[in-house]
Amino acid sequence: MEIIEMIEQGAEARVFNVTYLGKPAVLKERYKRKYRNPLLDEHILKERMRSEARGLLRSKMAGVRVPAVYMADIETGRLCLECIDGITAKKFIDKELEERGVECNDSLFQVMQLCGESIGKLHSDNLIHGDLTTSNVIISEKKPVEVSLIDFGLSYVSTSVEDKGVDLYVLERALVSTHSSADKLFEQILASYKQTYHSGAKEVLHKFEEVKARGRKRTMVG
Amino acid sequence: MVIAIGFEGSANKLGIGIVKDGEVLSNCRRTYITPPGEGFLPRETAEHHRAHILTLLKESLDVAKLTPKDIDIVCFTKGPGMAPPLLSVAVVARAISKLWKKPIIGVNHCIAHIEMGRQITGADNPTVLYVSGGNTQVISYARGKYRIFGETIDIAVGNCLDRFARLINLSNDPSPGYNIEQMAKKGKRFCALPYVVKGMDVSFSGILSWLEERLDNLKKDGYTDEDLCFSLQETIFAMLVETTERAMAHCGSNEVLVVGGVGCNVRLQEMLASMAEDRNAKCYATDERYCIDNGAMIAHAGALLYLHSGETKWEDTRITQRFRTDDVEVTWR
Repeated sequence: MEIIEMIEQGAEARVFNVTYLGKPAVLKERYKRKYRNPLLDEHILKERMRSEARGLLRSKMAGVRVPAVYMADIETGRLCLECIDGITAKKFIDKELEERGVECNDSLFQVMQLCGESIGKLHSDNLIHGDLTTSNVIISEKKPVEVSLIDFGLSYVSTSVEDKGVDLYVLERALVSTHSSADKLFEQILASYKQTYHSGAKEVLHKFEEVKARGRKRTMVG
Repeated sequence: MVIAIGFEGSANKLGIGIVKDGEVLSNCRRTYITPPGEGFLPRETAEHHRAHILTLLKESLDVAKLTPKDIDIVCFTKGPGMAPPLLSVAVVARAISKLWKKPIIGVNHCIAHIEMGRQITGADNPTVLYVSGGNTQVISYARGKYRIFGETIDIAVGNCLDRFARLINLSNDPSPGYNIEQMAKKGKRFCALPYVVKGMDVSFSGILSWLEERLDNLKKDGYTDEDLCFSLQETIFAMLVETTERAMAHCGSNEVLVVGGVGCNVRLQEMLASMAEDRNAKCYATDERYCIDNGAMIAHAGALLYLHSGETKWEDTRITQRFRTDDVEVTWR
């Protein structure tokens, strides 16, 4: 494996462009954090790495577009993944909103629908992503456009409606705080979420409203 | 040039401060301290504030060497907070605004923490970790508002610490959080507690009930109170630092500022600074004078608001228990 350059430093890992067995790939390396207690740090690093590898595999089997896992080494905290060409949904949304606005923006709506579909598939298969933000969705602008999910370090398997509701709540919050016209975008996501996850969406959305109310109505003292 | 007096009393601290264009002339405070094992209740807290507010007002004018006629505007905490203490302080602010014939400005408590932090540290556009007894939020400025990127989905971090202090019967003097911090310094054995991060959000209530249920067994296993304070701090602060870093990565921010009462915990400041160093970012923090609720921050934020949006309409000078950080139009940035 040959390291070419660092692409990004996220909250828990550094991401590099590499060549793996002659193919372009991405290396995600979780590194020791000095700020954390060593015991806690080791536990978190291993757990996140395990969750990520398992979550990616499970998503792929559920028919969600995610990077393939080429190699996982739990001792060094290294995960070698398929390289997905594209930009983050955060950049894509900002670009679309700036160039074409939110009204009648078909390509933006199509991408939002694909996001909703992916999340619907995850939840149908009882996989909770755990960190749904627009930084963790990759848009490949080809024809037809492709949407991939990344960063499964916080993912876990759960059948609980509460967990699925919180997953949507995390996404809504990330949208509202990052983008203007977030409500319209979220509407599109929910519409296709409901279509994809027809067996359980109703219950989850009910719970989602409840979680939302909990957050906003909580008395904030001092 | 504006000389502003600020009244704060949203929780158990009563604060009155005078600020002249960002320069603090006085910042006086009284804290309502309850016996070990007890938290502060709304009615008693309001009684405390009523009993001390006039002495404190006089003290803040004396320290600043000013008389009422030197004051240009009167600012007070409109919310969020506990209703009775908020109200007891707002009544006095409204009365002196009429008596002294000065404009009155209602201030959002959370915004005041952020603006005071920026003023004291010189941070320009930081990702803000706001941690106190009632609030836990990761905030960043965008499109005319302070946007909440992450927050607790149940109880606040300070509330979690306070309630743990009650569980092990720690003193509330000067504050439960301070006493936990001192105990934690002597803790050696790390006990693995639940670690709950959901994206940029955190949850603390599970940790607290986990500890409640197992406290006796943990002590039988040889964990001391010091060990538990240490483990609790290490765990919940790591959660806060991690979500703050997630928000920084998401927003592409290279500054972090910690405000609010829990923000004066030195261990939390150390951990944030270490995280910032790892990503070549700058970390800003203030000491207990400004981290803990105080009157100067209300005066400072009120002055900013006054200079850019004018005074608060009289009919809007009532208080509100629920007043979200992202409800405020930030006209001064």
